[in-house]
Amino acid sequence: MTINLILFVILGLTAVATALGMLFSRNAVYAALFLILNFCTVAVFYLLLDAPFIALTQVTVYAGAIMVLFLFVIMLLGAEQTGRTPTTWWMQRTPIFLGAVLLVETIAIIYNQRDKLPAVAPPSATFGTPAGVGEILFNQYLLPFEVTSILLLVAMIGAIVLSKPKA
Amino acid sequence: MLPVAYYIGLSAILFTLGALGVLIRRNSIVIFMSVELMLNSANLAFIAFARAYGVMGGQIFVFFIMTVAAAEVAVGLALIVTIFRSKQSIDVDQMNSLKG
Repeated sequence: MTINLILFVILGLTAVATALGMLFSRNAVYAALFLILNFCTVAVFYLLLDAPFIALTQVTVYAGAIMVLFLFVIMLLGAEQTGRTPTTWWMQRTPIFLGAVLLVETIAIIYNQRDKLPAVAPPSATFGTPAGVGEILFNQYLLPFEVTSILLLVAMIGAIVLSKPKA
Repeated sequence: MLPVAYYIGLSAILFTLGALGVLIRRNSIVIFMSVELMLNSANLAFIAFARAYGVMGGQIFVFFIMTVAAAEVAVGLALIVTIFRSKQSIDVDQMNSLKG
């Protein structure tokens, strides 16, 4: 139990620190690299939560494919340094105030509802393994899975049409 | 496993940081990355609840969210490239006209 807690604290601090690093780094490439580190930390959390398949999907799809696309576009546009933070004082203060309100609200709700949160049940043998995920995905969730292919097709056509130069 | 409230709390902190990023940054690519951070924190809450209830549905939902995020990034980055072509900038303060 204590080893789990120590691991959680270290990983949690890493996740928050990398998120802050993404937020405040001037260079967009550094922000993207911080976000990759954050996604990898969250993948380790997924491993701790008995979701090995989702953890590896997170590393390959999120930290791999999606972030490579981000880095590619940043370097293609040469947009590393653009986008200064706002200069007027209320544009700096208001977001921080709103963010603090959001955080306090959510933490208060979690604290108040902590008795209603479920007690942890022991997982079954195939919980979170590729075999278990596949079995549910192709039996219970077959229609949403097929609809996903249409979504990806539409996104692909949309990206091609949008980035096509005007004839 | 630790109580599920710990994971939900961490998810809330990450979501707040993502929302803060959308509000304070002016670089549209960094704003987009903050949106990804918020999606990811929601995924963490899903996985934590899936583990706590011992039901696989949450993990399947995270799988679908990842697909939607990939589609969203492809279209969104194409939009940003198009805007950069006409405005020579991706600063959100510059995007103030509907027809560029």
